[in-house]
Amino acid sequence: MNLAAEGHHPLVPIWQELVIGSIAFALLCFVLMKFVLPRMETMYQARVDAIEGGLKRAEAAQAEANQLLEQYRAQLAEVRTEAAQIRDDARADAESIRTEILAKAREESDRIIAAGRESLAVERQTIVRELRAEVGGLAVDLASRIVGESLADEARRKGTVERFLTDLESAGAR
Amino acid sequence: MSGQLVAAGLPWPPSVEDFYPPDVAGPWVTKFTLMIWLAVGLLIIFFMATYRNPKLVPSKGQWMAESVYGLVRDNIAREQMGKDGIRFAPYFTVLFCFIVVTNLFGVVPGLQISPNSHIAFPIVLALVSYVMYLYIGARKHGLARYLKQSLILPGVPWPMHFLLIPIEFLQTFVVRPVTLAVRLFANMFAGHLILLVFTVGGFVMLASDNLFVQISSLAAFLMAIVMAFFEVLVALLQAYVFVTLTANYIGSSLADEH
Repeated sequence: MNLAAEGHHPLVPIWQELVIGSIAFALLCFVLMKFVLPRMETMYQARVDAIEGGLKRAEAAQAEANQLLEQYRAQLAEVRTEAAQIRDDARADAESIRTEILAKAREESDRIIAAGRESLAVERQTIVRELRAEVGGLAVDLASRIVGESLADEARRKGTVERFLTDLESAGAR
Repeated sequence: MSGQLVAAGLPWPPSVEDFYPPDVAGPWVTKFTLMIWLAVGLLIIFFMATYRNPKLVPSKGQWMAESVYGLVRDNIAREQMGKDGIRFAPYFTVLFCFIVVTNLFGVVPGLQISPNSHIAFPIVLALVSYVMYLYIGARKHGLARYLKQSLILPGVPWPMHFLLIPIEFLQTFVVRPVTLAVRLFANMFAGHLILLVFTVGGFVMLASDNLFVQISSLAAFLMAIVMAFFEVLVALLQAYVFVTLTANYIGSSLADEH
């Protein structure tokens, strides 16, 4: 069958269609390229910015966090050495204070013991002296009763009791 | 044989006249011009509706509209033209959508023919591309330099130019726009013809007196369905090819070397 037999050839355009096609396509281009597609490109860019900006912000935050961490680590190490230093000092101080206190206490106790001994000795001396007088008196009294007369004056005069006691003492000392 | 089939009410075999349905109301209002308006209307409504209130995080409709734009922008404009291509992406998107929709009319029930199977519409689109790349080339380099750049290949012995200049001229100023229009037209024309052959042929076989021929019509209908899917593929592919070539031509107009 001849293509052009009935008045239409597929490669020959219908001029009304050329006109309509041009107008319709121009209208489509105008509307979409004026009202829709520029906004789409803007939105596209905004989205790219949002994503890239977000990534950049995240990177910056990460870097800052790392820096802070590093800083904190350094500070922590510094603080640790300082604490160790302080601990060592304190230990040394405590040691010296302890020895000092010990020395003082020992001195004190020595002093107290010495004082005690001294007062004990004094006390003893006193007691001995008193006892001697009393024992003398008691012995004389007892003897007087036994003998039946007063020996007190006699004894006092002759120093008998004194001598006896001194003999006793020296015997005890031996 | 032929008379008998036409008597069954079916135009057999398919002819060019099947591409020219009677006018709806004079030569200005035909099925084809109405389909063109329909495509324009559908696209405007789709894009206006989905992009009425765009958000950074898109809704489903907005996402669909943006994926079309993104496809054309990144896979065609930037692929063919580099960064320069992005400012042409809006036009390419309109072109792509228009060709896709009008091509798909070929398999839409009720329409069942693509407006692009009338060569007038591919001519309009190819002319726009043609004028565009010539104008852009001439504006960027100046007319003389643009002509020299498109016609004269550098690094060729001078006698070769007697052969090469006519070829280059033919290539840039004749073959490119003609092939652009004819490729789209011919694909849609042939696609419609194939569908006609298998569907009308199937009915013709069914109307036959011979039982074997009647059963064989099943194969024809099956083939018609397969070809309809194939036509969808061709519709998308041809739109892609048309826009890609347009981008390529504009890119070569912008390029500094031949």
